[in-house]
Amino acid sequence: MNRERSLWTWHLAAGAVIAVLLGTHMTVMHLDQLVGAFNPHGGHPVDWANVVARGKEAGFTASYLLLLGAALFHGLYGLRGILLELDPPAGARRALSAVLLLGGLGLFIYGAWAAIAFRASQLS
Amino acid sequence: MGPDLASRSSGPAAGGLPNQLGVKGWWSGGRWGIERYLYTLHRLTGIGLVLYLIAHILVTSTRALGQASWEATMARVSGPVFEIGEFAVFAAFALHGLNGIRLILVELGVAVGRPIEPVYPYKTSVGRQRPLAIVAMLAAGVAIIAGGMDFFFLH
Repeated sequence: MNRERSLWTWHLAAGAVIAVLLGTHMTVMHLDQLVGAFNPHGGHPVDWANVVARGKEAGFTASYLLLLGAALFHGLYGLRGILLELDPPAGARRALSAVLLLGGLGLFIYGAWAAIAFRASQLS
Repeated sequence: MGPDLASRSSGPAAGGLPNQLGVKGWWSGGRWGIERYLYTLHRLTGIGLVLYLIAHILVTSTRALGQASWEATMARVSGPVFEIGEFAVFAAFALHGLNGIRLILVELGVAVGRPIEPVYPYKTSVGRQRPLAIVAMLAAGVAIIAGGMDFFFLH
């Protein structure tokens, strides 16, 4: 299996993971009046008390990290595919891949730090 | 873009075929019909979602800085403009997600029929997979209507 084929397979797998986890996230955050899940204090899902309640749950933090990684990989690999189809020169192709890889890693580290630091601060 | 297209689309710089139409090719479905427009819709919603994802990570990470920081950030991103924007993101996710499930099923050979000999009059699998596209878009429509009710009428 060559590298692009392997990345494409991971792209599809990440899409399936996102469909489940982001579907759940959208249901919790944006269908709260219809479904009312995981917002134990009522009010709006982004109210601090609800954010804290979800952040304390290990399952939520773990699923957030999985969703963060899957969404960044799926989104940035998809964006790379769209841009590469426009036939940039070889140097630009390599630069694009490097920028998206480094940007994705940076965003993952920042997002993961926020989730883990937030959970740790609420449990201490 | 499947693996074969990925190598083909590497373009002249990598010894592949040139993409002569470029972005202009997104806007004409030609004989491919609604699936080709779903391809364009998938790209546009995908680009929008990945840009939103970057902003979303930066905004929601402020919770790690404490309640005051979180509430100040949420106040800055509230109001009708942001609410409409969030609904647009919700709708984009519904369209991209359900069309993406369709694409994964088609990639796995679901709903495209069995391979047949290329004998005249030729048949295409596009017609065989069309019901799946229609079901996916109907499901997206239901999700968007439910989201619209929650966004604009129940809050």
